[in-house]
Amino acid sequence: MSGERLPEGGRIDRSRPLRFTFDRIPYQGFAGDTLASALVANGISVVARSFKYHRPRGIMGSGAEDPSGLVQLGAGADSEPNLRATQVELYDGLVAHSINRWPSLQNDLGTLNDRLAPLFAAGFYYKTFIRPKFLWDRVWEPVIRRMAGMGRAPTAPDPDVYDHRHAHCDVLVIGGGPAGLAAAYAAGRAGARVIFADEQPEFGGRLLDAPETLGGRPALERVAEMVAELAAMPEVRLLLRTTALGYYDHNAVVLVEHRGDHLPPRERRGRTRQRIWHVRAGEVILATGAHERPLVFADNDRPGVMLASAAAAYAWRYGALPGRKLVVLTNNDSAYRAASVLADAGAEIGAIVDLRTSSDGYWPEAARRRGIPVLGGRCVVAVVGHGRVEAVEIRGLDAGGEKTTGARYRIECDCLAISGGFNPAVHLFCQSQGRLRFDEGIAAFVPEKAAQRQRSVGSAAGRFGLADALSDGAAAGAAAAKSAGFGSGSPPAMPAAERRAEAPLRAAWLLPGERPVGEGKAKHFVDFQNDVTAADIALAAREGFRSIEHVKRYTTTGMGTDQGKTSNVNALALLSRAVGRAIAETGTTTFRPPYVPVAFGALAGAQRDGLVDPVRVTPINSWHVANGAVFEDVGQWKRARHYPKPAEDMERAVRRECLAVRDAVGIFDASTLGKIELRGPDAAEFLDRIYTNGFKGLGVGRCRYGLMCREDGMVFDDGVTTRLGESHYYMTTTTGGAARVLDWLEEWLQCEWPALKVYCTSVTEDWANVTLTGPKAAQVLEALKPSFPADPSSFPFMSVRTGRVSDFPARVFRVSYTGELSYEVNVPAREGRALWEAAMQAGRGLGITPYGTEAMHVLRAEKGFIVVGQETDGSTTPLDLGLDGLVSKRKDFLGRRSLRRSAMLDPQRKQLVGLLPKDPEAVLPEGAQLVRELKPKPPMAMVGHVTSSYFGARIGRSFALALVKGGRARIGETLHAPLPSGTIEAQIVSPNFYDGEGKRRDG
Amino acid sequence: MKRYSIFALLRNAISRHQDWTPLWRDPDPKPRYRVVIVGGGGHGLATAYYLAKEHGITDVAVLEKGWLGGGNTGRNTTVIRSNYLWDESAALYEHSLKLWEGLSADLNYNLMLSQRGVLSLAHTLHEVREGVRRANANRLNGIDAEWLTPEKVKAFCPVLNTSPEVRYPILGATLQRRGGVARHDAVAWGFARAADARGIDIIQNCEVTGIRREGGRVVGVETSRGYIGADKVAIVAAGHSSVLAAMAGVRLPIESHPLQALVSEPVKPVLNCVVMSSTVHVYVSQSDKGELVLGAGIDGFNSYAQRGSFHVIEGQMAALVELFPIFSRMRMMRSWGGIVDVCPDASPIIGKLPVEGLYLNGGWGTGGFKATPGSGWVFAYTIAKDEPHPLNAPFQLDRFTTGALIDEHGAAGVAH
Amino acid sequence: MLLIRCPWCGPRDEMEFRCGGEAHILRPADPEALADAEWADYLFMRKNPKGAHRERWLHALGCRRWFNVLRSTVSHEILAVYRMGEREPEA
Repeated sequence: MSGERLPEGGRIDRSRPLRFTFDRIPYQGFAGDTLASALVANGISVVARSFKYHRPRGIMGSGAEDPSGLVQLGAGADSEPNLRATQVELYDGLVAHSINRWPSLQNDLGTLNDRLAPLFAAGFYYKTFIRPKFLWDRVWEPVIRRMAGMGRAPTAPDPDVYDHRHAHCDVLVIGGGPAGLAAAYAAGRAGARVIFADEQPEFGGRLLDAPETLGGRPALERVAEMVAELAAMPEVRLLLRTTALGYYDHNAVVLVEHRGDHLPPRERRGRTRQRIWHVRAGEVILATGAHERPLVFADNDRPGVMLASAAAAYAWRYGALPGRKLVVLTNNDSAYRAASVLADAGAEIGAIVDLRTSSDGYWPEAARRRGIPVLGGRCVVAVVGHGRVEAVEIRGLDAGGEKTTGARYRIECDCLAISGGFNPAVHLFCQSQGRLRFDEGIAAFVPEKAAQRQRSVGSAAGRFGLADALSDGAAAGAAAAKSAGFGSGSPPAMPAAERRAEAPLRAAWLLPGERPVGEGKAKHFVDFQNDVTAADIALAAREGFRSIEHVKRYTTTGMGTDQGKTSNVNALALLSRAVGRAIAETGTTTFRPPYVPVAFGALAGAQRDGLVDPVRVTPINSWHVANGAVFEDVGQWKRARHYPKPAEDMERAVRRECLAVRDAVGIFDASTLGKIELRGPDAAEFLDRIYTNGFKGLGVGRCRYGLMCREDGMVFDDGVTTRLGESHYYMTTTTGGAARVLDWLEEWLQCEWPALKVYCTSVTEDWANVTLTGPKAAQVLEALKPSFPADPSSFPFMSVRTGRVSDFPARVFRVSYTGELSYEVNVPAREGRALWEAAMQAGRGLGITPYGTEAMHVLRAEKGFIVVGQETDGSTTPLDLGLDGLVSKRKDFLGRRSLRRSAMLDPQRKQLVGLLPKDPEAVLPEGAQLVRELKPKPPMAMVGHVTSSYFGARIGRSFALALVKGGRARIGETLHAPLPSGTIEAQIVSPNFYDGEGKRRDG
Repeated sequence: MKRYSIFALLRNAISRHQDWTPLWRDPDPKPRYRVVIVGGGGHGLATAYYLAKEHGITDVAVLEKGWLGGGNTGRNTTVIRSNYLWDESAALYEHSLKLWEGLSADLNYNLMLSQRGVLSLAHTLHEVREGVRRANANRLNGIDAEWLTPEKVKAFCPVLNTSPEVRYPILGATLQRRGGVARHDAVAWGFARAADARGIDIIQNCEVTGIRREGGRVVGVETSRGYIGADKVAIVAAGHSSVLAAMAGVRLPIESHPLQALVSEPVKPVLNCVVMSSTVHVYVSQSDKGELVLGAGIDGFNSYAQRGSFHVIEGQMAALVELFPIFSRMRMMRSWGGIVDVCPDASPIIGKLPVEGLYLNGGWGTGGFKATPGSGWVFAYTIAKDEPHPLNAPFQLDRFTTGALIDEHGAAGVAH
Repeated sequence: MLLIRCPWCGPRDEMEFRCGGEAHILRPADPEALADAEWADYLFMRKNPKGAHRERWLHALGCRRWFNVLRSTVSHEILAVYRMGEREPEA
């Protein structure tokens, strides 16, 4: 325990102490802390256990790059796994737990893995547990699974809400450091619509982390002024706590704004915790900064080993000293600055160990002025201490960087700050398909060529100097605004920043140690989260994995929750070394979105609960609900399936409803049927091409059932179309197919037959359809005082009457889906419920009974009427259904030619037949498969399957429809349906079980 | 080939893993081969392996334009099952599943097969009917299949939301217990190592740029590493089937679309099976490493870019959170895209093309991974005998002319 | 996340559109005169090019008009947009 809170300084608000717990122990931090800075300030060195070896790990970075400090945040329904402590803003009452340890963080049995580490080299699991299979199935795999994983998934539904917003702008600036600020400022001043986003709670980027001046004043004062000016611009939107996740085609960038995460859970309620922004930008400026790179050396993962810039940030920004006595290990100038900041904050700097023999830039001089000892040409060969750095051992480094020289000596310290240079954060740039190049000067990949309307500036472009960041940013902002049509393109003046001489770094990918990597106990970590070491990379190369993508997958480097922000470049450099290839030739792995992990709930946004898909209900729905209907989902519709009376189950309710229709009169809500009006002089010609049967001869006022096929000849939809006027048709479709059919009609009209003058309009929602059916249907309709004679003789089957029913404007169709005398009474949707109730009233003495979709199915199946999607499955032709009469031989129609292909003419195609179970009480399950020859056990050759199956109340027995190979020629034969519960025998019959002559449709 | 075992691992742990040798050689291409396989993914490598193992043909090169397994083999969600509707598909996928069950031992490489069961949910009466139909068909084809009621679904996978109050309540599910997942990269590496051990040349970074024909038959391929002669050329390049076939003047009924997948951050075991739902449009499992692995429907447009659009992922997350409300606070860690070659009937083409000596194995759409060993096995037979095996005879290109399609859109589980 | 310029409504997000696949596949004037293989070519065979692709799109959540797009299947860049019946631009 050696981190501590400084008595003063930092951007924390010491007047607002905040309580929090870590592993149930209470601590205190301040407003402005992150969980990581509060842990550092409280002297907590071990925060987590690593993935594989369960090594103790501390905080290593200060932002999105930190690979180690993962915690389980929150409790109960608010619990969230694997949060990065560096990105959690502290709030009062915060609860955090360490993860991947048992029974406790300090005493973790998993550390046994560290002892057995030689067994657990990269990819060990591919080489063992192969035989016997049952041991793998029952022992090894479950063990591996239990050991894997980090935190725990929540166990209760998410209490928070999320939303999505779409935004358009001329210039999107990502990153609120000096380069981004300058860019946003320039673009905003030019008058462009700007969105300026940064992941932190305040703008300033790296200016927040270390002291800096601009124009002779504290930099953050200038930042505040520029931000205030931006905030006052009406066309500028500032988004804090907002991270760009992904950069997609055509300058679409997805951001996540953390709106509630910094608040205690109880204060979050009622506001969106996170918001996803879909931004479409004219121009994008990437000012995403850079990540400091660790050095790879023996036991570089010990708690207390920290990135130098992070160590300085904790001291300067948060007033939390990560150690009292630090050693700094670096290959570049920047860590000298960190050392100076730490020294100024009160830390003792034991030494700056520089891999380079000389260092004479601005920052080395500043460090020397402070009396910090500088040890050039040396490196750290060992880190002493287990749960915490206690000392480091240092030796000289030879000119080649491959060997140590000279005496070995020890420096006591409790923190080792390391810097291996900086990697520009090119993630978004690469996602936008930009091309990288390897810059030997900074030993890092930098953007070379953008693929979209996009510019990278500042550290993100490998230009680390503050003055460069400001001038590049302002120039890019002005240029982007100009491209979008704003301003002259000349950048506004930026506050003066000091230009500082900097010496080049010395690229070093693996520091030589006392023993070669892989030997001895020391480990040289590359990926700190997934426990991938330099020895693992070497092993992968030895085993022939030469592509960096292979090495990534084989060793799992870069596949942790940090997605390799600190490890990727080191890994590919080590691979390049191992196979003797230039780093540029090795290249990088693909940078995949998201830049940081994002909650599933945020991505779902408001699309949850009922809103995952719209619910559609008919105008009569409220009556069904009030009268106890049980519903089923059909497409997006809620349809009444049956109306059980008290103590009635579905079977009995359906029998009652069916009998009422056959014996008296039923009433049915058919409003969900798709309805399309077609108008225009060519409507008849168009229908002739669309339907398999002819429509040109249909007289005004008449209805006709039609079948539609796809061009491959398979049945696509069906329904009745009525000719309302000379060039006016009214088409009905299946409930689920309405949108599909309208699209289908439009596609053919617009793309293939633009010369046809036809206009299609969906009127599904405009009309309510109250269907009266049964021998007493005419009496009910008469009682509703239609404005036309309704008796079956003057209102013939398959015709329409337009007029008034119960004083509502109505279109009444005499079509029948039950086989009984039927009237489909269509009235304007708003009158639907009133008509329904009027009909119920009118039919009261006649035994009128509402029936649902289940009874509807029984009734239509008794008549052998098909349901598209039930008797058909996308591989069924009209001929298979026995509907040859509907297949015109005189005209072309969509799908006709396909019906002549050889496979369509096969007599063994599945054909629609009826089935009568031997046992009249046995109802075959729909989906039962049929065999001709019953065998004691599978496999058995199947000849068909049951498509519809019910108990027919009026026919007094079970029956079914089925598709059977060559079925029509097999009428009379017996088939077997072997089911898990036993076999049902059934005889093939013609698919019509009731009123074969069709007399009942006329009452 | 050095055999892998716990003893080899122990021995090498002592010698600090210095003695392991490459899994496969890195040969330069020879001027000609008896068989050239274009595509170093799972299917191509499996084809090579079974050519050697089952037919004794080892004068074979596998040409891969990038790195082995870098296409759909390394990009899929690793689901393995055989519960397809039609007899033809069921036989093919079941043959494959049987091979999977012995494959780690056969290849001496742990493919981490995890037969944790595949649940396919039904949310509407229509889906119940189709699910029952498929389960019955599977059972009578000798494939393990069960129909579960919502209560049994809940008991089998407790973290599923089986409440009747949700937008699309779960009305039941088919379960194939033998289904599961495997480690996808290992499949490519395991087959490559075993094929290499039998003398087959695996050549990476070798892109085929042309297919040379003489007198109506194939004589070789032009590549980025020069011309390579061949008696037979077999195209097994998911994502580029049309492009390669076009080099030989053959048109295919295939369109290439992006298919995206993603993983969450790793968590301790929470999901004990594979769950698929076509109504709410998502499929999900948990990997050995603890990540939730998810996929959804394809992007609607043709693409060779291995990336799709973000709104597709958002729709998929909405579906996931609907099925598993407790996953809402889990986080997406990485997302990626592959290119799927989709046939109009959601079934593959495995057979001869109308150019002598030219073969195609492609059009697997979103479901090729599960077929990897079976696909390679029947394709090797087809190449060796110059005629399809009965298992892949129904999957010929000419079915698009005769109309004998094998429509597996229902069983594919992914909207095409 | 394509940005597609509907020729009737202007640039709109991909979410508003539906892709209808390869454009300019003419329905044969006399299907009955075709051999099975020729009919299969019309029904199923597709160019599926790697590069410039002519395809048709529907502004499904907008004006509901179909139109043509020339788009790269590699970069996703939209090279041209043209209405039904308009001359095809050069690839």
